[in-house]
Amino acid sequence: MATEKLISDDGIRNDGRKIDELREIKFDIGVLKNTDGSAYVEWGRTKILVGVMGPRESHPKHLALADKARIDAFYRMASFSVEEWKSPAPSRRETELSKVIREALSPAVFTEYFPRTSIDIFIEVLQADGSTRCAAISAASLALVDAGIPMRDLVASIAVGKVDGQLVLDVQDKEDKEGESDMPMAYMPSKNAVTLLQMDGQITQEEFARSIDMLKKGCLEVYRLQRDAIEAHFKVSESSNEEA
Amino acid sequence: MSARIIPVVKRKQIIELSDSGKRTDGRSLTDYRNIEIIIGDIDKAEGSATVILGGTRVTAGVKFEIGDPFPDTPNEGVMQVSAEFVPFASPEFEPGKPDETAVELARVVDRGLRESKMLDTSKLCIEPGKRVWICHVDLYILDHCGNLIDTAALAGLCALLSAKMPEAKVKGDTVELTGKKLPMPFSGIVPINVTLAKIGDKLFADPSFEEEEVLDCRLSVAFMQKGDDEKSLMLCAMQKGEAGYMTIEEVTRAVELAKLKSQELRSLVSSKVNING
Repeated sequence: MATEKLISDDGIRNDGRKIDELREIKFDIGVLKNTDGSAYVEWGRTKILVGVMGPRESHPKHLALADKARIDAFYRMASFSVEEWKSPAPSRRETELSKVIREALSPAVFTEYFPRTSIDIFIEVLQADGSTRCAAISAASLALVDAGIPMRDLVASIAVGKVDGQLVLDVQDKEDKEGESDMPMAYMPSKNAVTLLQMDGQITQEEFARSIDMLKKGCLEVYRLQRDAIEAHFKVSESSNEEA
Repeated sequence: MSARIIPVVKRKQIIELSDSGKRTDGRSLTDYRNIEIIIGDIDKAEGSATVILGGTRVTAGVKFEIGDPFPDTPNEGVMQVSAEFVPFASPEFEPGKPDETAVELARVVDRGLRESKMLDTSKLCIEPGKRVWICHVDLYILDHCGNLIDTAALAGLCALLSAKMPEAKVKGDTVELTGKKLPMPFSGIVPINVTLAKIGDKLFADPSFEEEEVLDCRLSVAFMQKGDDEKSLMLCAMQKGEAGYMTIEEVTRAVELAKLKSQELRSLVSSKVNING
């Protein structure tokens, strides 16, 4: 394995970013015709489509909840999304990620408004280049908004990694594979709510504290981009209400 | 669906009790239930342990198999953790393929063990690029009374620490087993997983089954330590689970509490099994 450095002496990462710099992130809302809500995100080279179906009749019926909607998430990676062909059958990783993504988004949704229904969130990773769960959660929030589902807040997500002994924001594929740790977080800013938190790799307690700070700042930056995307999408053709 | 009514009442009771620092089973919020560790109970396995935490019971077995290395790590053996939820462990478990809960549990335990680098997998190589040892750590959930993750993580850790690996010699095109057992290539690092449940605005260590039914969410944190060096305490895995959330302050508090509890559990483990292999 190459021992090529991932961060240069003047603090520039191998894709040209600074330590605390995000990749270019582009959200698009309402891109699919047959869903109730949808969103597309390009997050560096990571490309993900999310479609939301629902609230609709729960299927199978016996899984319906009497007092709220049931949320399901399906995280899948396309067979061509990674370096080597990936079997389209869901892996253990995809099963786990579907679970934690569902749990990251659920606290944001007013599920109690839609008893006995289900809301299905389908995530298709078309190209994976690191932080796919963060990009998926951030885009799925927008797809839920597009579906007109009432929410407490948007869920914004980002990862911090340790690379060459340094903490970096928004981990891409090479940094994830060759770096020392990866710590994704999802966050609802207005609730100060951490809805997803995972970590693998070795970090000190001091690095943990600093990671949390960086994650919070990073999530706020993603949050701003999400809000911009919503504003751009829902901007009504100019009328009386324009502020001076 | 009616099963959901009782937890709502229970949750109220659990939260009210917790305001005075108490729990329905008499523990304080930071207490673990009684832990029993039995080492080497399955003598056909290369390593084994049963951990009984309160009423939760997990037996872990370590088995070795000769297999192919992963293409990106041709000179390294493989450690693989999986979980089986045996149907008699809970009326909610059904026969069949591991579901998402079983997959999550196996992967959380796997991350703690793997990321700590307690096991030097390069020493599990038999013939570089061709044949390596696959070390299966299989977790059998036999009785479910809450906190499966910590119980399974302890069982997996103890089974691994008690394991001996078979000796293999390459003879031309074949591999011969000498019948001898070798010590495992451990680094002396021991990862300990601690799970905290958030219910209302309180954190509960080692949640019981009824507490899990009503929790907001849980956070599992694995701390690793080499020998007795307390300064070397580092985090090596984390997982938030279930559909609620924690505030950033609660996360920080949970990690601090997990650190303290991990020290207690680590000394318990080292009293039962040689942590240097």
